[in-house]
Amino acid sequence: MAELKPVLLALAILLGGVGGAAVLTWWERRLLGFWQDRYGPNRIGPFGIGQVVADMIKLLTKDDWVPPFADKVVFIFAPTAIVVAMMMGFAVVPFAPDVVIIDVNIGLLFFLGMTSLAVYSVLLGGLASNNKYALLGGLRSAAQMVSYEVFMGLSLMGIVMITGSFSLVDIVKAQENMWFCFSQALGLLVFLVAGIAESHRLPFDLPEAEHELTAGFHTEYGGMKFAMFMLGEYLGLMLISCMIVTLFFGGWMGPALISHWLPPVVWFGLKVFIVINFFVLLRAAIPRPRYDQLMSLGWKIMLPITLINLVLTGWVLLAMEA
Amino acid sequence: MLSQLRTIWEIFKHSFTKLDTVQYPEQKPYLAPRYRGRIVLTRDPDGEERCVACNLCAAVCPVDCIALQKDTREDGTWYPEFFRINFSRCIMCGMCEEACPTYAIQLTPDFEMCEYDRQNMVYEKENLLIDGVGKYPDYNFYRVSGMQTAFKDKGQAKNEAEPIDTKSLLP
Repeated sequence: MAELKPVLLALAILLGGVGGAAVLTWWERRLLGFWQDRYGPNRIGPFGIGQVVADMIKLLTKDDWVPPFADKVVFIFAPTAIVVAMMMGFAVVPFAPDVVIIDVNIGLLFFLGMTSLAVYSVLLGGLASNNKYALLGGLRSAAQMVSYEVFMGLSLMGIVMITGSFSLVDIVKAQENMWFCFSQALGLLVFLVAGIAESHRLPFDLPEAEHELTAGFHTEYGGMKFAMFMLGEYLGLMLISCMIVTLFFGGWMGPALISHWLPPVVWFGLKVFIVINFFVLLRAAIPRPRYDQLMSLGWKIMLPITLINLVLTGWVLLAMEA
Repeated sequence: MLSQLRTIWEIFKHSFTKLDTVQYPEQKPYLAPRYRGRIVLTRDPDGEERCVACNLCAAVCPVDCIALQKDTREDGTWYPEFFRINFSRCIMCGMCEEACPTYAIQLTPDFEMCEYDRQNMVYEKENLLIDGVGKYPDYNFYRVSGMQTAFKDKGQAKNEAEPIDTKSLLP
């Protein structure tokens, strides 16, 4: 039974991830609707949740077409890569004290590695489409990922310095007295921005940028292959939200005094839900920056902030030791 | 940076505002009596067709969606032999209603005219004619003015003076 537990858990996360991403497409549209003073999809089923099923039927019955000018093998491989990479990322997320598939001592690095792999999907999809819009989207995505990856990793080093471990379970346990969102506020800021860029959500969805690049890297994709990209994007959104909660908002631990009111998994889910809603709010509120603005924001503002955060954290740690 | 945060806050406040959407099929919007929708042909208080087939509506129509043919009754009055409005072309501008000298053609507050077959959007006279007087309850064109008919001579209508004998107007 003990050996079976991770397998069952992985299965649950797989189903939960795919189902969650599907429901999220509907939930996001409803939320965006409310923030734009309209209803959003509310016709099918209670509160319009049947929209999920309707969309699924539409995507599954669409013609599975590969453009004749595309690089066929890479074209088909690209959408699967992002889903696989994002799914793998969930392997190290601790949902509750014992609910984690593998508690590896390099959990944080594993997560960073997996999100980095996702860039291949976007890049290869853009290249293999053999279409100038897709290529531009792929190029942008590559540049965006490479530059935001740098300080996405660096912003988490403050946490690693305090905790002294890369294991996500240890990191959550280290937040028993105080969540890292207070002591690592700069790190949180940078990780939030980098996380949006990493999961190419609005306002940093320059690889897609439907107003200028048609649909960016997935211009040529349709049907289930397009759905895979969407699934990957929503999985990425959930993964980033999970990581923000785990690293900065105490993971499965509730706020100090009322922590025992709800079981740990529910606290975790609640916090992830709030973070996801915040991401949707960002999408509703902030316009997309220009490409060079994105780059200069990354290298001229975010990177220095990260370095200052690192220096400050190290200084405080040394001072406390002495 | 501050303006971005302010934007986020302003948008968040919209969680608690009233939604603008009108849930249409269940929740019908109020349409004023003078709303310009589906066109009808009205009858005068005696129950006769008001239209005298003068062709002004067809002439003024900017999209040429009205077609009609004049015919004469035995008593000398005119009426349209056929009267056809192609609603797939009609833009509900109301110019026909303004041009009509007899208040026959009128626009109603009804816009729900969906068809699967385009040919069904072409309305003939029997589809357009209604049994009422529309917006002008007491108006009967031939009683107040108009040409000579079997039941009245020139100058005998309500708003008319006797015709002037131009040949007697000598100094």
